[in-house]
Amino acid sequence: MLHTVNKSPFQNTTLESCVRFARSGDVILLIEDGVLAAQAGNAKIALLEEAMQKCEVLALSADLKARAVTELVPGIKITDYNGFVDLVEKNTTHSWL
Amino acid sequence: MAEEIKKIMFTVRKAPHGTIYVYEGLEVKLIMAAYDADISVVFMDDGVFAVKKGQNTKELGIKGFEATYGALVDYEITKVFVDRQSMEERGMTEDDLVVIGEDEDTEEPIKPQVVESDAIAAMMAEQHNILAF
Repeated sequence: MLHTVNKSPFQNTTLESCVRFARSGDVILLIEDGVLAAQAGNAKIALLEEAMQKCEVLALSADLKARAVTELVPGIKITDYNGFVDLVEKNTTHSWL
Repeated sequence: MAEEIKKIMFTVRKAPHGTIYVYEGLEVKLIMAAYDADISVVFMDDGVFAVKKGQNTKELGIKGFEATYGALVDYEITKVFVDRQSMEERGMTEDDLVVIGEDEDTEEPIKPQVVESDAIAAMMAEQHNILAF
């Protein structure tokens, strides 16, 4: 499964809920304000680490660049719009809005 | 050969009344019920407030939709679930939940089923589509 998260973890508990419901082998893709969770050294790193123990965690490059998030929490991978489309094609998607 | 029946899940994660999402989502569920689909609905996070009984929107000047939940079973939407952790975190118990219909034979009220998050996660993994409201 693919989970997309578009909210900042500093705004609400969307990412937390996503991580709670995500299963081993799922992919979590951070988009829009969701990419703010990927900033290196941020206070939500424990949540990201919990996510990465069971899931692949990706962040969308266009949204990272737009927000000047250049230093990422170690382990988070970057994808682009083409990668996003590939993921949607391969997986059932849940948008954590 | 008959097409496989689509498994479609609705997730409701927003509180009612503050935004239009929950109401619109309910409309979409009732429309989708007209199609031959295997529908399930999950209330999680603030979405559990959508199925809290006793909502009175009179003073807001808007038509509430709690009564519409009472018709879900009539629309053959019977797979209605509430995430236990979300419910308990918000100070609610099973007694607080709305009725979604009544048993055809016994006329006993039917309520959403309160389930654990891993059960919801397993159901999510089985779906063809998941629509979030």
